[in-house]
Amino acid sequence: MSTLNEIKLTNAQIAWRAAQDIADGAYVNLGIGFPEMVANHCPKDREVIFHTENGLLNFGPAPEPGQEDWDLINAGKKAITLKPGAAVFDHALSFAMVRGGHLDVAILGAFQVAENGDLANWSTGKGGVPAVGGAMDLVHGAKRVAVVTDHVTKSGAPKLVSRCDMPLTGVGCVTRIYSSLAVVDVVEGRFVLREKLAALSLDELQAVTGAPLHLEGAPEDLVVPALA
Amino acid sequence: MDKTCKTVAEAVAGIADGASVMIAGFGGSGAPVELIHALIDAGPRHLTVINNNAGTGQVGLAAMIREGMVDKVICSYPRTRDAVCFNEAYAAGKLELEVVPQGTLAERIRAGGAGIPAFYTPTGVGTELAEGKAVGRFEGKDYVQERWLKADVALIKGEVGDPMGNLTYRMSARNFNPIMAMAATRTIAQVRRMVAPGGIPPEDVITPGIFVDALVEVPDARQEEDLIRAEAVYP
Repeated sequence: MSTLNEIKLTNAQIAWRAAQDIADGAYVNLGIGFPEMVANHCPKDREVIFHTENGLLNFGPAPEPGQEDWDLINAGKKAITLKPGAAVFDHALSFAMVRGGHLDVAILGAFQVAENGDLANWSTGKGGVPAVGGAMDLVHGAKRVAVVTDHVTKSGAPKLVSRCDMPLTGVGCVTRIYSSLAVVDVVEGRFVLREKLAALSLDELQAVTGAPLHLEGAPEDLVVPALA
Repeated sequence: MDKTCKTVAEAVAGIADGASVMIAGFGGSGAPVELIHALIDAGPRHLTVINNNAGTGQVGLAAMIREGMVDKVICSYPRTRDAVCFNEAYAAGKLELEVVPQGTLAERIRAGGAGIPAFYTPTGVGTELAEGKAVGRFEGKDYVQERWLKADVALIKGEVGDPMGNLTYRMSARNFNPIMAMAATRTIAQVRRMVAPGGIPPEDVITPGIFVDALVEVPDARQEEDLIRAEAVYP
């Protein structure tokens, strides 16, 4: 596993790869935490409009320290700024945008993703305080629901699995996975490998994946810039 | 018509033990802190509180929980780093918790205010949060039936208000405020600035006064996030 840790992508590199698939003019919701990094890596020549479920469209990066306005926050309760053409609205309207099919892309984190597109990302099922936020809403309605994630857990267990054994966030909702080793699509109940790190053989990748990786043509090399 | 109250204490007077209370805000943004603190002073108990979160720090909703006023919380995301009052009460078994997906929570409140007893949503289908709920199939896809959510009282925070109860909101402090205003038997608003009728251009009104029963001007209202960061404690 040490070699896997040496070659795997950083979170910034995973976020960069996910950002390359966001089209000019897309309306996008990024999950709290790691997925928020995707906003930093969108190609400069594309206009991407970010939605946050607490009621804003077209927000920008965090303000300078000391310039925070706590009435201007994102779903992660972090201070943000507005871009020209921003809009504010209430929570019901915000989730109408989510469920009503008006978002182009939602990008979320994952504990587990199954080959049928099931996602588990809100509860490990091991007790503690349950808290779901907007995750269950976000996985329904966006035209594409993508996941950014490490390919395996800290203990080395696959996060891409045949069936999730943690509590589900949504059934059959994920369309693409950007992992630290590969780009995998969910197609008709199967994982289809699109890209993998060149340093990794197909067998090595399969060995750390919990369900069969299918091929539709040769997978391309997963190539990203050096990013910490 | 004049729905204004002179003080926050007058505005929250008469909220009974056992009442269900919607409290607007998302985190500290849009939280009606001064109304909540007046309610703590009044001291009703055995309340059911509907909020997106479950309070952080030692002010606002968190302080209500610490003071033992709350029996049940209906929210989407109680787990926050500094939700110490909630965590303590929940771990001690003193607090019932109903976790609702955020968009479902918003739509249940909107439905309550709009007179729609139930609706179907894709959110939660096939998850443990949909267990025991009716499922309907529409155009080949499953949807969960969810019920409206109403309350005896809503505490909300506006930016500008007029004596008729018309309200505007500031930035993302709008969040749950306009829908909670619709869904309660008695809606009580605090506003930063009161203007005469006509002072809010009709096209700028976000919550029409028909949804508001009482309002009080709190010109020096604190932002809850500022209080939490200053580690304020109430009372």
